[in-house]
Amino acid sequence: MTGDTVISAKDLSLTFQTNDGPVHALKDVSLDVVKGDFVSFIGPSGCGKTTFLRCMADLEHPTGGTITVNGVSAEEARRARAYGYVFQAAGLYPWRTIGGNIRLPLEIMGSGKADQDARVKRVLELVDLAGFENKFPWQLSGGMQQRASIARALAFDADILLMDEPFGALDEIVRDHLNEQLLQLWDRTGKTICFVTHSIPEAVYLSTRIVVMSPRPGRITDVIDSPLPRERPLNIRETPEFLEVAHRVREGLRAGHGE
Amino acid sequence: MRSVFPVLTVVVVIFIAWYAGAIALNARWADDKAERAGVELSLTELVADTWSQDKPKLPAPHQVAAEIWKTTGAMVAKGRGFSKRSLFYHSWVTFSSTTLGFLMGTVLGVGLAVGIVYNRTMDMSVMPWVIASQTIPIIAIAPMIIVVLNAVGISGLLPKAMISMYLSFFPVVVGMVKGLRSPQVMQLDQMRTWNASPSQTFWKLRLPASMPYLFTSLKIAMAASLVGAIIGELPTGAVAGLGARLLTGSYYGQTIQIWSALVMAATLAAVLVGLIGLVQRITLKRMGMAQ
Repeated sequence: MTGDTVISAKDLSLTFQTNDGPVHALKDVSLDVVKGDFVSFIGPSGCGKTTFLRCMADLEHPTGGTITVNGVSAEEARRARAYGYVFQAAGLYPWRTIGGNIRLPLEIMGSGKADQDARVKRVLELVDLAGFENKFPWQLSGGMQQRASIARALAFDADILLMDEPFGALDEIVRDHLNEQLLQLWDRTGKTICFVTHSIPEAVYLSTRIVVMSPRPGRITDVIDSPLPRERPLNIRETPEFLEVAHRVREGLRAGHGE
Repeated sequence: MRSVFPVLTVVVVIFIAWYAGAIALNARWADDKAERAGVELSLTELVADTWSQDKPKLPAPHQVAAEIWKTTGAMVAKGRGFSKRSLFYHSWVTFSSTTLGFLMGTVLGVGLAVGIVYNRTMDMSVMPWVIASQTIPIIAIAPMIIVVLNAVGISGLLPKAMISMYLSFFPVVVGMVKGLRSPQVMQLDQMRTWNASPSQTFWKLRLPASMPYLFTSLKIAMAASLVGAIIGELPTGAVAGLGARLLTGSYYGQTIQIWSALVMAATLAAVLVGLIGLVQRITLKRMGMAQ
């Protein structure tokens, strides 16, 4: 564990007790995430990628192994509001405006009115939603709602962003656009991002590291360091380097499935 | 405006059925009277008689309307709008115990719902009692509440309001428990990621999310409250209130008086429930939840 390690999991296991016997959602998972990394977790359903992310967020409690976030336990990190979490659905409160929704975590954390206003304005610009502060969620499209939920996760300036298939429910065109924006945002803010996805192109396009996982029991089968540069226009997806990484991810997924 | 025609159609059908029913039910008495007087009634005379008897089995709508006017508008015109013979006076008596009982029931219901949602022991122990409380016929328990409270020196408005409360807290508990539990798991997880305290989760998530459920419950609770108030007036010696009018009406066979009290009670219920609907519309609109 170096000084730059932000998230460190060691032999992490999580077993759910169900009526059909124990389910090994995670088994002996070890991984270090370095500051400023963009790490994608990819794998078929049931491979534990979301569970792993939830362990980082202290939303699940591992039954074995250790996990530290910012050098402390996941629970302490959660209490210190070390991360912003973006769920699969935007989950905006229908009775609050977009601005009100972004203000919500700030209110909870007790920041002052002027500080709230400044932050709301800043993150709305960051996700390209300036001018929508006083709209209600139902007045926005699905993609815009998801952007608002990312703005909400950014509002309190945590260094870590945990994203659980944030664009899974959106169509391809909107998704491409949001991927591009997310990369720009990551570049500008220097945050550490952990990103769960089903999509190989999305994972390869976004990440500096790709973690391939496989199910039963949930485990890591491959960790790929991307050779792609930080600057990534959308058409990088047609370059041989990109296709090579995508191929390796696909191979990894197939190997995990074959057993 | 489009809804006017269907509504009017239904009203017309009701009136036709009502007048026809009055003829059918009151004809026997009209025939008996004619037979004793030794006269033969023509059809028009028969119909006219069934619609104008003093103590008909079913009074015709215009008789009820005339009685209501006599005990409301006409008394106001004479400057005695609030005398003990006025339906306004009786409606006010019923209204005050309905409203007090409704408020008490709402507070009790919301309080119990919060307890049930936040406390596992209360969830397991209170809910069965809440349901059991409603299986007891209120008509059986009302006199006991009045008598017991009277014995400890509480009389007047409060015992009647208690009976209203007994009926009205139930829909509020059921609706609020559902409403407070309506946030999705994801929204609760989200609160956790922000390290929100339980009270923050309540005020910022659970309570606003429960508002649509609350208002639906409040409408039912208000109607139940009115029923409770009327029942509460029966064992108090039928002194005042719409319930008292119903009871004295039935003592003396004053069917017209019973029906006018019924119509008044229905109007009162419609106004009160309508008021809640108005508050609901305004609140949800201000919350941005009415689209």
